[in-house]
Amino acid sequence: MALLQISEPGQAAAPHQRKLAAGIDLGTTNSLVATVRSGKAETLPDVDGNHLLPSVVRYRKGEVPQVGTVARQSSIGDPRNTIVSVKRYLGRGLADICKQCTCKEYDFVDSEASVPRIRTLGGDVTPVEISAEILKVLKQRAENSLGGELTGVVVTVPAYFDDAQRQATKDSAQLAGLNVLRLLNEPTAAAVAYGLDRGSEGIHVVYDLGGGTFDISILHLNRGVFEVMATAGNTALGGDDIDHAIGEWMYEQAGMKQAVSDSQSRASLAEAWRAKEPLSDEEVVAISIPCPDGDCWEGELTRSQLYEIIDPLIIQTLSPCKRALRDAGVDVSEIEDVVMVGGSTRSPRVRELVGEFFQCDPMVDIDPDKVVAVGAAIQADILVGNKPDEEMLLLDVIPLSLGIETMGGLVEKIISRNTTIPSAKAQDFTTFKDGQTALAVHVLQGERELVSDCRSLARFELRGIPPMMAGAAQIRVTFQVDADGLLSVTAREQISGVESTVQVKPSFGLSDTEIATMLRDSMDHAQEDVAARTLREQQVEADRILESVEAAVETDGRLLEKNEQELIEAAVKMLHEVRGGDDPRRIKLAIEELNKASTDFAARRMDASIQMAMTGHKVDEFS
Amino acid sequence: MTITLTESAADRIKSFLENRGKGVGLRLGVKTTGCSGMAYIIEFADEVDSDDNVFEDKGVKVLIDPKSLIYLDGTEVDFTKEGLNEGFKFNNPNVKDSCGCGESFTV
Repeated sequence: MALLQISEPGQAAAPHQRKLAAGIDLGTTNSLVATVRSGKAETLPDVDGNHLLPSVVRYRKGEVPQVGTVARQSSIGDPRNTIVSVKRYLGRGLADICKQCTCKEYDFVDSEASVPRIRTLGGDVTPVEISAEILKVLKQRAENSLGGELTGVVVTVPAYFDDAQRQATKDSAQLAGLNVLRLLNEPTAAAVAYGLDRGSEGIHVVYDLGGGTFDISILHLNRGVFEVMATAGNTALGGDDIDHAIGEWMYEQAGMKQAVSDSQSRASLAEAWRAKEPLSDEEVVAISIPCPDGDCWEGELTRSQLYEIIDPLIIQTLSPCKRALRDAGVDVSEIEDVVMVGGSTRSPRVRELVGEFFQCDPMVDIDPDKVVAVGAAIQADILVGNKPDEEMLLLDVIPLSLGIETMGGLVEKIISRNTTIPSAKAQDFTTFKDGQTALAVHVLQGERELVSDCRSLARFELRGIPPMMAGAAQIRVTFQVDADGLLSVTAREQISGVESTVQVKPSFGLSDTEIATMLRDSMDHAQEDVAARTLREQQVEADRILESVEAAVETDGRLLEKNEQELIEAAVKMLHEVRGGDDPRRIKLAIEELNKASTDFAARRMDASIQMAMTGHKVDEFS
Repeated sequence: MTITLTESAADRIKSFLENRGKGVGLRLGVKTTGCSGMAYIIEFADEVDSDDNVFEDKGVKVLIDPKSLIYLDGTEVDFTKEGLNEGFKFNNPNVKDSCGCGESFTV
């Protein structure tokens, strides 16, 4: 029978409707997949018990590509067809790639296309396709472990990934047959794994020292939302450099310049790797490396010697930390905690120096290799709906309110800021003039009350509204923001069904500082904005009533009594005068005055039009 | 009337409860749904309802509502692995027939 997992109270799913979710850490060197089972987030191992899948793909002629450890083993023998660190190429053009590293590593197909292709025995492949091979293996592993198809996944990306790189990541997941619920920033995932999102507001640091890269991120948690304040790093510094440094030191001690052969260099790396671990507890460890003459060099490495070797490398990671703090405008004393990510942060020396720098004990309880995948899995579990609503995380919100322009240059907010996405809201509007057949929709973003103070996102028109009395048409404007922050606005006339729609990306081109400025402005100008809004509203109302009274007098003036006509004319004149002023109270009074003066007239007009409509008919016909 | 847990099931439930940080025990039940009549419910329990039957086995509190107990009496809950997949399994003596996947059953 199927194997069951413990659900949250009241969340047990019907058979065959269990929602399986996974988090995927698609790394430069290694990738992982994790899931939440019976409330516990854990990474999933393969049949051999390995959790890490080397992010290496080897293409062969006429065969399916190899992925993982097998592929990595062949990288020396078959480097041209074995692609390592494909993440560096995701979403980048050939020109960008060449700037960063030598293009000679792989046989790039010379093409003008923006997407680079690598020529392999298995055909020409793009970075998106290569990543998809890695993801397919993880997908298979997750589905075998969970006993069913995945409903959705959360894939992590570095915080500094741009739109193109994120899109490429998403594309490769789709190519692998995965439904991407959301892309999550790696540092945010690590923070989620530690449950920091449930904590108080504050500043958190994520220190990620991987095999080949180093990243530091400063996050600001505000109402459950992580905002990336600054990132910095070094793409050419990682744990592997530490092993190399120890290996080189050993050769120096042995009186050799450097490793003579590949196998020697691998042996020394393996020895370096073996030697550093016991030094966490012991003062000294015996080491031995093979010499060219076939003998072995024997020696020892003390803890203080190890520190001498690795300290310069660890200290190198601290300058990006300083830079990030400076960029974020944050002082060390403001930092609540430091989350450690990446296998190299297992080293007690790294923890010690990082702790000293940030003046706090780093968080190390979760395996630093797995913490990103674990956070992604927790997020995925919530997004597919396996948690009660009250535990729903706010991870993405609309940074500024979205709305449309209404009469008088005012902004009517439809979705207010800090609403979680995805979200959809609708509001009904109507026509302003009799017989109006078109409506211009002006989509705006911002907190201010007047159109001129907000940011214009899009304009479109709804045409083909059937001619009706002013106020009779029902136009429903729907704002929909999807999980990726894409806004679509639809206007639909409810009676005739005519519809028009537009799509925009609200956050496009807005930096965090611009958003902050727009927000600050709205606070600073709150008072005058309200005043301006009230005035405009009264002016619009005045225009509306003036227009209708004047039109009525023109068509049905014969129904007016003399003194009544004088009264109305006086009230109209008065309203015209005050409308141009800036006192909403006086406009309001004048409107009331005109309303009072014209009430009887309006009633008589109504009677007359009913009479006209009924002439020649029997009352029965109307019942 | 009895419900039992295997050693491995009890261990896992205890560790899951501890990891979750709250909860009084495990709630078992059945609901009438699925392709073959009934489906099992296995959930964390945050409180004991007044009409719950409470069993305790190997240090784990198991709560079952009286209606479900009729279908679950004598059941042993096990935690097993099948290849990479792992999870809980109901060894229920009342089951006459279950659907191909075993997610629902009839008595």
